[in-house]
Amino acid sequence: MDNLQNLLDGFGHVLTPMNLLIALLGVTIGTAVGVLPGIGPAMTVALLLPVTYGLEPTQALILFAGIFYGGMYGGSTTSILLNTPGESASVVTAIEGNKMAKAGRAAQALATSAIGSFIAGTIGTLLLVLVMPQVVSFAVSLGAPEYFAIMLVAFVGASAVLGSSRIRGFAALLIGLAIGVIGIDRVTGQQRMTYGVAQLADGIDVVVVAVGIFAVGEALWVAAHLRRKAAEVIPVGRPWMGREDWKRSWKPWLRGTAYGFPFGALPAGGAEIPTFLSYMTERKLAKRPEEFGHGAIEGVAGPEAANNASAAGTLVPMLALGLPTNATAAIMLAALQGYGLEPGPLLMEKQPVLVWTLIASLFIGNTMLLVLNLPLAPAWAKLLQIPRPYLYAGILFFASMGAYAVNAQPFDLFLLLALGLLGFGLRRFGLPVLPLIIGVILGPLAELQGRRSLQLSGGELGGLVGGPVAWVCYAIIAVVLLWPLGRLAQRAWSARSGGPDDGPDAGGGAGGGVGGAGADRSASPTSTEVTP
Amino acid sequence: MSTRTSTPRPTVLVGATLAVAALTLTACGATAAKDTDSTAAAAGAAPASNLQIMVPNSPGGGYDTTARTAAKVMETAKITGSIQVFNLPGAGGTVGLQRTVNEKGNGKLAMQMGLGVVGAAYTQKSAATLNDTTPIAKLIEEAGAIVVPKDSPYPDITALVAAWKQDPKKVNVGGGSSPGGPDHLLPMQLAKAVGIDPKQVSYIGFDGGGELLPALIGNKIAFGASGFGEFMDQVKAGQVKILAVTSEQRIPALPDVPTLKESGIDLVFTNWRGIVAPPGISAADKQTWIDALTKMHASQGWKDEMAKRGWTDAFVTGDDFGTFLKAQDQAVAEVLTTLGLAG
Repeated sequence: MDNLQNLLDGFGHVLTPMNLLIALLGVTIGTAVGVLPGIGPAMTVALLLPVTYGLEPTQALILFAGIFYGGMYGGSTTSILLNTPGESASVVTAIEGNKMAKAGRAAQALATSAIGSFIAGTIGTLLLVLVMPQVVSFAVSLGAPEYFAIMLVAFVGASAVLGSSRIRGFAALLIGLAIGVIGIDRVTGQQRMTYGVAQLADGIDVVVVAVGIFAVGEALWVAAHLRRKAAEVIPVGRPWMGREDWKRSWKPWLRGTAYGFPFGALPAGGAEIPTFLSYMTERKLAKRPEEFGHGAIEGVAGPEAANNASAAGTLVPMLALGLPTNATAAIMLAALQGYGLEPGPLLMEKQPVLVWTLIASLFIGNTMLLVLNLPLAPAWAKLLQIPRPYLYAGILFFASMGAYAVNAQPFDLFLLLALGLLGFGLRRFGLPVLPLIIGVILGPLAELQGRRSLQLSGGELGGLVGGPVAWVCYAIIAVVLLWPLGRLAQRAWSARSGGPDDGPDAGGGAGGGVGGAGADRSASPTSTEVTP
Repeated sequence: MSTRTSTPRPTVLVGATLAVAALTLTACGATAAKDTDSTAAAAGAAPASNLQIMVPNSPGGGYDTTARTAAKVMETAKITGSIQVFNLPGAGGTVGLQRTVNEKGNGKLAMQMGLGVVGAAYTQKSAATLNDTTPIAKLIEEAGAIVVPKDSPYPDITALVAAWKQDPKKVNVGGGSSPGGPDHLLPMQLAKAVGIDPKQVSYIGFDGGGELLPALIGNKIAFGASGFGEFMDQVKAGQVKILAVTSEQRIPALPDVPTLKESGIDLVFTNWRGIVAPPGISAADKQTWIDALTKMHASQGWKDEMAKRGWTDAFVTGDDFGTFLKAQDQAVAEVLTTLGLAG
């Protein structure tokens, strides 16, 4: 347990008044930039770099770690309150979180997200201490075929959130995939669906899509109905989480952590996919699935834990191998180089004090964030009592500023408005939003990894099957897809026991619609009612 | 402290903060400018204020670091007044290139660029080209490296090339950029130099070194091509091996690694970074930029930064840089046309 001793030493280094102050500054800045859509921790750290050269390396790292964790917290606050996700990792949070806020349970949503983030961050950081070497060698062994298989699992999972009308769900997924195609194709370097607009060449940022469709779309929708419908006042509700909330939250927190950490540690993992997987899992496991879509606390607790655990996981390859797997980590590594330190596989050996101080400061920063955010939850929740015209004006202002701040180009504002109109259209025709967002995020990733696998195998389909991880993934997919088919066949069998010769036929027919049939597994309690 | 708390806001605000912070510096710059002769003062001494360097990709990247470092050195050494560095990312740098070309005659603006923008101008079919811009200076360069996993079957570059020639499609090469970027151009030009049709090369583009290195360490690709700095730590840790560097001379940090030329392959390839200005700027404005950068290049601050960041000096200005730029442009165009990525 050398590591624990090192960690204690690390705490010794962090716990000076100056370092604590810097950690506080870091988490505050992080929360602030997390709140603004479009400005992420990566950009903030990059812009702060020149300023931090006056600090000691340790202090700069403490500051950056604070910003990194703080950003993950801040993003969820606006997701829940204003339906305006600040980061791509908190897009999923908006789906149930904002519904909770509208039902007067904003304080509970904020609290479960803060506590969940804290727990996930702490467990994640602990895992970082305990299992770093093992995780790293595993993570590096994964290649494109494995990633592709993981993405496919996520896609199959997405079918669980298609909603009651599958055709609408698939339509939304398709729109999302189409948006995801826009931009430079990473494999050939050619532009797709940009129609000569250079600003579209880098694709449309997921945050801009989410903010446009969620926030602007909703503002337009509300504006269109404001005059005809009396404004309902959002009830305030109780300020703290009740017993029931705790009971419903703790398992999703842990499951979210279990998803988030390994994904963060994967070189091509990221924070978005685990939030989806967590959401889908919670939806399937929920005792009251009918609450999903109307503000289920599990749908906030899980994804929020997942994104923070993933943030901790990201540091695994960064500290153990010097591999930056996301933009923030890349810039933190650049910062180390600025101090003349060599980040890389030898960092742990050469600079143990620095590394352990950083890890200790993560614990401290995480605790600070909880202390900072939890008491604020009821206060934030009151924000929703602002009369709706002003509230939505504020949301629009916020969304536009975030979209504009990324590149300072007016084009982005038009794009935001166009996406807002799309969001309005989705609401008008009852298309679910989640499949669309999943399409935007997963589509390009899955395409890239799939094509990369094929490139690696020289175009042979066998290249997609890869190693054991991929086999496990395909097995999961097979089970998920075949399970309901099996049950369906069984039911059909017993229903008309007289026609056994029909059995294989029915099975084959249903097999053609695998996606559709597998789709509604979670909704199977409702699916019988839904077949109009 | 106060500057630090105000910086996390958007780029625009950061710029404003920097501008305020630099006001004092500007005053100094103005006094210094009075020493130069009066004819130059009309146009030439103006660099004391309001200079801008545009970075055509996002904060934190290579171009960004170069531009911000250069600006910092020039400000600290009082070669110029404040320089505002801003980012205009998009389409591999061609959004910024278009803006530069549109800013015809603006002598206060310069764009940080490099080999990546040369390639992107072709792959993105940019209407604006580097031939439209005014070349100012090439600042630094980095040699490329041909890297293999530690247990690779190829002991040296000759063995690798022999296997590659035998069956180009079976030997996967990875790089940290998309097609048209430096890491893509390197293996393509290498293939051409050893007599392999670039079309046969199986190139897999990764998102920077962070994705390329795991693929190498995990033995997913036969070899990697990227700037040598990307691999130094992993080389020291014994996780990857560098078979050859692509510079003219051996690299001091890697004294045992041969160059391609030593290995009998006639190719010198470096990933360079430089600065261009909009078209149609006055001769005085052009000279002002060149003078400022020349002074910067001579300063101790710049030397220190180069040493710290492992950059190799490659300082060339004005027309010489223009000639170099044209030659690079042509070489890139040839390879990309062969591949069907340009035209």
